[in-house]
Amino acid sequence: MNTSSATAPLLEINNLYVKLPAGAERSHAVEDVSYTLNNNEILCVVGESGSGKSITARAIMGILPAPHVHVDKGKIEFNGEELTTAKESRLREIRGGEISMIFQEPMTALNPVMTIGKQIDEVIRFHTKIKKRDRRERAIHLIASVHLPDPEQIISSYPHELSGGQRQRAMIAMALAMEPKILIADEPTTALDVTTQAQILKLIKELQQSHDTGVLFITHDFGVVADIADRVAVMQHGKIVEIGTTHQVLNNPQHPYTQSLMKAVPSLVPPAVRAISEQQELAVNKLTKTYSSGGGWFGFGAKARVVHAAQSVDISLHKGETLGVVGESGSGKSTLARCIVRLINAEEGSIVYNGVDLRPLNRAEMRPYRSKIQMVFQDPFASLNPRTKVGRIIADGPRILGADAADAERRAREMLNLVGLDDRAFDRFPHEFSGGQRQRIGIARALAMDPEILVADEPVSALDVSIQAQILQLLADIRERLQLSMIFITHDLRVAAQVCDRIAVMRLGNIVEMGPTSTLFKQAEHEYTRELLNAVPGKDWRPQASQV
Amino acid sequence: MSQNTKRVRYVLKRLLQAIPVIFAILVVNFFLLHLAEGDAVDVLAGEAGSATPEYMAQLREKFGLDKPLPVQLVVYLKNVLSFDLGYSFRHGMPVTELVLDRFVPTLLLMVSTIVIAVGFGIVLGLLAAAGLNTWKDNLISIFALITYATPLFWIGLMMIVVFALKLRWFPTSGIENVVMFYEGWDRVKDIAHHLVMPTITLSLFYLALYTRLMRASMLEQAGMDYVITARAKGMTERRIMFVHVLRNALLPVVTMAGVQVGALIGGSVIVESVFAWPGLGMLAYEALFARDLNLLLGIFLLSALLVVAINLIVDIIYSFLDPRIEVS
Repeated sequence: MNTSSATAPLLEINNLYVKLPAGAERSHAVEDVSYTLNNNEILCVVGESGSGKSITARAIMGILPAPHVHVDKGKIEFNGEELTTAKESRLREIRGGEISMIFQEPMTALNPVMTIGKQIDEVIRFHTKIKKRDRRERAIHLIASVHLPDPEQIISSYPHELSGGQRQRAMIAMALAMEPKILIADEPTTALDVTTQAQILKLIKELQQSHDTGVLFITHDFGVVADIADRVAVMQHGKIVEIGTTHQVLNNPQHPYTQSLMKAVPSLVPPAVRAISEQQELAVNKLTKTYSSGGGWFGFGAKARVVHAAQSVDISLHKGETLGVVGESGSGKSTLARCIVRLINAEEGSIVYNGVDLRPLNRAEMRPYRSKIQMVFQDPFASLNPRTKVGRIIADGPRILGADAADAERRAREMLNLVGLDDRAFDRFPHEFSGGQRQRIGIARALAMDPEILVADEPVSALDVSIQAQILQLLADIRERLQLSMIFITHDLRVAAQVCDRIAVMRLGNIVEMGPTSTLFKQAEHEYTRELLNAVPGKDWRPQASQV
Repeated sequence: MSQNTKRVRYVLKRLLQAIPVIFAILVVNFFLLHLAEGDAVDVLAGEAGSATPEYMAQLREKFGLDKPLPVQLVVYLKNVLSFDLGYSFRHGMPVTELVLDRFVPTLLLMVSTIVIAVGFGIVLGLLAAAGLNTWKDNLISIFALITYATPLFWIGLMMIVVFALKLRWFPTSGIENVVMFYEGWDRVKDIAHHLVMPTITLSLFYLALYTRLMRASMLEQAGMDYVITARAKGMTERRIMFVHVLRNALLPVVTMAGVQVGALIGGSVIVESVFAWPGLGMLAYEALFARDLNLLLGIFLLSALLVVAINLIVDIIYSFLDPRIEVS
């Protein structure tokens, strides 16, 4: 940390304004933003979606979505050179050469029909005049430096042939091809699993130290900030509300917005144990679901690919209890949830609800139980029909169960109030609501069926941290008031710690460990659980506010 | 397993899968045509003017039309298996010979049409997207809209009026100038000269379609994340457009072209009639009115084989263009 060094900063942004097109929510995406980035320093810019953190980064690179969004006034100085007025040809030299950037979703950020090697080669060829063979050497060396196995193989692979973490490593290798002075990382770990995220963070830190790079790290996750940042800038509505060293900002936040954000970060310390009834409501025994593709007719002996999404899974749920199912992507947690709700059919095992095995029931036999187990989905944007009014979305369920139109409507309005939405929402379309409000609608829809069990599949992972806190609060309220049992699927151990009474850890279709939340967090038995717990970003940092 | 063995295996698999498809087409075609009122004997008798019922029955017996339908079907299928497509009463020729004879002009017309429609469509769409909202884009879009909206036969007739009758640049009809007895390169040149107007007529509509599709596809791809990455790497806009976006934008156009090759055969019926192009389309048209069922079945079979083959070719091209498609 050389914040007090006398040398001029590597990057200096002064009173930057970025103009949005007319008709946008606000006139400027970025307003009066000033910050500096020094050599060999990681500056984290934190903020919720729409705070202008990414736009500032794009303004530095000169890759704002022109001509609608452009720098209005202010200065961006890179090593003393003014970037806002620089010529396009000079900017092209800087981009990828002296300042480079990595992005959130490495799958879409890489060209799907071009090999990794070619995409790296392009950068080197554009910025230097070295020969083809030497460029190949360099690409292989770069791939090796981000700890990818078998670099020769990797450079001739296409992006879809690599895993998410490998793609992000390849992306980093590409960004570092010209040894840039600044690396801008725009939410580089948000789309990754928690253990992969920990590895990528470590890699970025390692490379930053060995190359003396200044890193501008954009994130929404205070855990990540705690792990990686030297200094932190907090943005809200296009303005910087607070900037300081990581220690200052995280442990002694001054601005009320920063304080409220910190408060919204769930703590890793589980709350006191709740008393749960002994009555078992749902028991899933030896549930098995496999997906297979390929093979079949005319397969010429090509092997069918078989994925064991759930392998002999046993879980039980007591009345009023919240059971967390935790795991990384592909662990089968969503498959399990969908099998329980009977959205997909498991091949083997039983789903016993109050003494009845639901698994073998056909459509008609299942109908009386449908309403009892309801689901809340992850993506509040995709899970509501955009052409249907909110009132109908909610009232449809009761109506199908036989309620008359007036009753169903009354119930829908009641549910809207219950989830904290105005009555007027009834006649509106889903797109008129924000992500958090839509998730409330999704919950209202599930509750309108008067369920006993709520299966929530990552209900908060698409939401900003402050909204996430509100939705979690809402779910907790409802759980108490309606005496609901809940199966809560999440990849976020912080959320799980706060919400769940017991946690089942899933990996590759198996439950590797299951136990009360506090026990699991204190003394995990299984190695994989410990690995997951260790990978949680900012695990050593305790937000002050939430310790109360 | 290497990519190439995978590809060979894939082609074999697809060829095997084509067998039941073609069989089903054969059966469906057969029954479809027998749904229509009347048979070849009715037409022959009608044209002869004074056929007695006895004579008609005799004819039916000769052609095997008096047997029950399933028996006729089995006979037909057996014949197809031995590459015998029957005899055209109308043309007095074996169907196989007739169809293969007419197949070449149609193939010539189709290939040149596809090359022009897809080739120019891609170029025009690219130009329009590159100069979005400039005069270039507007000009191309208006051209595409007009050609898209104009009926095929009208374009054909107008081209004959303007370029053949008034300007005398191109011949009005036919595939070659028979009376000149050209040989070698002269003949090729002559046929190419005759090919120009039918090809342009048939390709204009598809050209407009692919232009619009390519433009939309380019614009969609230009908004993708990898374009921002390329920009952040310091690439020029030119390289981003022609290297990164182009190949991705081609994929939907190739898919569409593959699907539409079948429709092209339908379109060629009109164009072949207008320009008296001696191809399958015209033959089908004649056969339909002559109730020449054997000939129609032969044409249908050949068209079906053509579509199946082209779909396979398109899928193989696709697997080269898009590495994400697994050929297994």
